[in-house]
Amino acid sequence: MKAYQKMLMIVASLSLGLLFVFPMWKIYLKAPQYPEGLELHIWVNKLGGSSESVLQNFNILNHYIGMKPIHAASFAELQFMPYIVIAFMVTGVLVGLVGKRKLVLGWTGLLMLAGAAGIVDFYLWLVNFGTNLDPMAAIKVPGMTYIPPLLGNKQLLNFEALSLPALGSLGIFMAITIAGLSYIFSLRNQTINPVHEKGKVAVA
Amino acid sequence: METSIFKLKKLVPKAALLMAVAAGTVLQGCSKTEGGATGTSEAVSSDAAQAVYVAPGKHDELYSFLSGGFNGQVSVYGLPSGRLLKIIPVFTQHGENGYGYSEESKAMLQTSHGFVPWDDLHHPKLSRTDGQTDGRWLFVNGNNTPRVARIDLKTFETVEIMELPNSAGNHCSPYPTNNNEYVIAGTRFSVPLDMKGGTNDVSLDKYEEEFRGSISFIKVDPEKGDMDLDFQILVPGFDYDLANGGKGPSEDWVFFTTYNSEKAGTLKEVGASQNDRDYLAAVNWKLAAKYAKEGKAREMPANYYHNKIDKDSHIAKSTVKKKVRYLLPEECPGMMYLLPAPKSPHGIDVDPSGEFMVVSGKLASAIPVFSFAKMQDAIKNKQFDGEKNGIPVLKYESVLKGEVKEPGLGPLHTEFDGKGNAYTSMFVSSEIVKWKLKDLNVVDRMPVYYSVGHLMIPGGDTKEPHGKYLVAMNKITKDRYLPTGPELAHSAQLIDISGEKMKMLLDFPTVAEPHYAQAIIASKVAPNSTKFYKLDENKHPHAVKKEADVSVTREGKNKVRVKMTAIRSHMTPDNIEGVQVGDTVYFHVTNLEQDWDVPHGFAVMGANNAETLIMPGATQTLTWVPKKAGVFPFYCTDFCSALHQEMQGYIRVSPKGSNVPIKFSTGKKKQNIPGVASTK
Repeated sequence: MKAYQKMLMIVASLSLGLLFVFPMWKIYLKAPQYPEGLELHIWVNKLGGSSESVLQNFNILNHYIGMKPIHAASFAELQFMPYIVIAFMVTGVLVGLVGKRKLVLGWTGLLMLAGAAGIVDFYLWLVNFGTNLDPMAAIKVPGMTYIPPLLGNKQLLNFEALSLPALGSLGIFMAITIAGLSYIFSLRNQTINPVHEKGKVAVA
Repeated sequence: METSIFKLKKLVPKAALLMAVAAGTVLQGCSKTEGGATGTSEAVSSDAAQAVYVAPGKHDELYSFLSGGFNGQVSVYGLPSGRLLKIIPVFTQHGENGYGYSEESKAMLQTSHGFVPWDDLHHPKLSRTDGQTDGRWLFVNGNNTPRVARIDLKTFETVEIMELPNSAGNHCSPYPTNNNEYVIAGTRFSVPLDMKGGTNDVSLDKYEEEFRGSISFIKVDPEKGDMDLDFQILVPGFDYDLANGGKGPSEDWVFFTTYNSEKAGTLKEVGASQNDRDYLAAVNWKLAAKYAKEGKAREMPANYYHNKIDKDSHIAKSTVKKKVRYLLPEECPGMMYLLPAPKSPHGIDVDPSGEFMVVSGKLASAIPVFSFAKMQDAIKNKQFDGEKNGIPVLKYESVLKGEVKEPGLGPLHTEFDGKGNAYTSMFVSSEIVKWKLKDLNVVDRMPVYYSVGHLMIPGGDTKEPHGKYLVAMNKITKDRYLPTGPELAHSAQLIDISGEKMKMLLDFPTVAEPHYAQAIIASKVAPNSTKFYKLDENKHPHAVKKEADVSVTREGKNKVRVKMTAIRSHMTPDNIEGVQVGDTVYFHVTNLEQDWDVPHGFAVMGANNAETLIMPGATQTLTWVPKKAGVFPFYCTDFCSALHQEMQGYIRVSPKGSNVPIKFSTGKKKQNIPGVASTK
C-alpha cells in the first residue's frame, strides 16, 4: 500500500475516537408540556441528555405506562463497548502501519459487523423497554406498545419521539468509509503495477 | 344623582351610538354594569390595543415591580401588557406558598418586637451599577415596623430582611446609591430615642425637646448583596418623607424631603402645615461614610434583627445585633445642609444628569427646581439663612433654578424620560403633567383616573431612563372596573411617552395598594432566572435525596420527624403510623424533581398552619400538632401531573401513650418508581 493509503487507514481508525466525544444516538421527545423538548443521548460508554437530570425526567414520564426505569447500570454494553472501540482503534492503526490490503478489508468488515450488531442490540433494547410493561401501570391502553423508533419519528400518546444517529455514529461511518476507500485505492495499485504483482512483490 | 349627571356630561362627546346604547340600557332598567356601561374615559387612540398587545406565547418587553402597600408584598407585572406574573411575599405571611409559615421561612419575619407577620411596603428600588439598574436585586421598605428587605431577582424570592433601630415609619426608604455602596433609609415618624436602642417613656408634650429622626446607611456587599447597617445619622425631629440619590456631579449626595419642621406632635394635619417652608435635606453620604470611618461615629446599644436565607439549605436564620454607630450632624461639618422647600414637600427627584432636584410640594402652587451647581456655590459662599439644630440652612433663592408655574394641583412625584422632559403626578387635579427641564414650561397634560400617587418611568430615577412608557398608580378607582363591593382593586394606567403628546394605552387593576414601582428591560433579568434548585446542592439538614432514605423517627417524648419525598405522582412515605395526640410533627418534604415548573405542595388536614409549596430540589417543613386521635389525610396541593389527584397519603394518630409503633411505607410491594436523585 502507498503511504497515503496507510495514512487513510490510520485516519479511519482514529475517527472512531469521535465516539468518545459525541453521543452515538439521540432520542428527542416533544409534547405540548415540553416546549423545550427532552433529549436522551446514548453514548458508547454512558447515557446523557439535554440536561443533567434528563434520565430522571424520562423515567418519571415512563413510569405511568409501566416502563422499566432506564439506568446506565442496566446496560452491560456501556461497560464493554468502549473497550471494543479502543481495540478497533489500536488494531486499525496497526493495520495501517503494516499496510496489508487484506487486513484493511478484514478490519473494515469486522467494524461493519460490529456496527450492525450494535444497531440490532439497540433495537432489541427498544423493544424490551417498549413492550415489557408493568401490569400494574397506571396508564394502560389496550394493545398499545411504546417501542420508540429506531430511526425517524413516531407518536407515542402525547409524545412525538424522534430518533436519529448523532455525531458519534458519524465516527463509525467515517471509519468504514475511509478504510473502505483506502482498500479500493489500494486495488488500483495492483492494476497500475501488474509486474510487481506477478513477481510476488509485496503489495505496497 | 350628581354622579350620574357627571357621567352623562362626560359621555356627551362620545359617539351618538354609544349614547343610544347607554340610554337604551337605562330604559330597560338594567343595572349599568350588565349593560356594559363604562367608567369615565378619555378618547384612547385606535392603535392603543396594538401597542399593549403581547401575543399568546410572546414575552413582555419589561418587568415591572409594583409595591403592594398594605399587603406587604411586591407584584410583578409584564409591560406593556399589564399582565400579573408573580406576587413576591416580603413582609407578610403568604399561605399560598408557606412563606412565613414554614419552619424555614419563619425567621424572616422576626423582629425585636417578636414575630411581625405583616408590614406596609411602599418603595421598591432596583440595585444599580454605574447609576443604572442592573437586574440583580430589588430593595424594598417595611414602613410600619422599620425594615429593609432584599429580593434576589434570580429566584424572585425575599432573601434578606434587616430591621432598623432608632426608626419609626421607615417611609423614606430604601434608596441605593449609584453602585449600591449604601442603601439609605430615613424615618418618617420621629421618636424620643433613649440612646439604648429603644424609645423613652416620655410625655407626648415633649415632642419638640425629645423627639429625633434617623437616617440609616446600610452597606451592601458588592458581590452577594448582603446588607449590613454601617451607621446612622441622628437628625432633627422632623418627618423625613422621601429621598433620592444624586448622579453625575451630585452622586456623592442624597436628598430628603422633610415636613413637620414645626415639630408638631398631634393633629399633624394642621400642626405640620403651618410653616410656608419646610426643608429639603442634602446629605453628602461619601463624607458621612468618611466621618464614620475616621472615628467621628459614636456607638450606642441597640437591639435589632437581621434575617437571612441560606442559599443552599433555604433556611432563614436571625442574628440579633446589639449595637449601632451614629453620627451627629452638628459634629460633622459639610455633611448636611437644609434647603428651604415649599410647604410640606413630598417627592424629591433628581434628573438623569444629576444637576436638578425637583421638589413636589403637595400643598404648593408651584414646583421648585433646585440646581446642584448653585447649591455647591451657595455652600462655598456661605449663603446661609441661619441654622437648625446646628445644620446650616441655605438661602432659597441662592439654590433655586426656577419654579414650574401652575403645574396643577397636588404635585407629588416626578420622573424623567432622558430626553429633557419631566413628568409630575398631580394627586388633587388627577393628572400627569409633562414639562421641560430646560425652561420649566408645561407642554402636555394627561388626565388619569383617579388621584395619581406615584408615577414610574422604567429607569426614570436613574442615569439612563427607558423613556417609552409611564405607569401612573392611582389611589382611587371608583367606576374604572366592574364593581366588586366596597373594596376595589387599585388602578394603574400605562401611558405612551415616546412622542410629543402623551398617549393613554391601558388600565390594569393592581394588588392591594401600589405606591412606588420600578421597571427594567426583561433581558437584564430573564436570562438569569433559576429554573429549579439542584438536588445535589441541597444542604438542608433534613433533606432526603432518594426514596430509600426516607424516615419517621420519634425524638424525645413528643417530637416526630418525618423526612419524606415528593415526586410525580406519590409521596414517600404515604402511610405513617405511630404518631400520638399532642406530638409536634415536622414534615420535612423534599421535592425530588429536577425539571422546570414542577413544584409539589403539601398540606395536612386540620393543621393550624398553611400549606407549604416545595420547589424542585428544595426541602420545606410544615409543622403540625394533632389534637385528636384518628386518621388524617395529607396530599399534594399543586396540580403536578396526570395522577396528581392520587398524590395523597394518610397519617394515623393514636391517643397519648398508645403503644402503636412508628411505621411507614409507600406501596404494598416494590414497584417501578423512579425515585432517584439524579443521573449520576
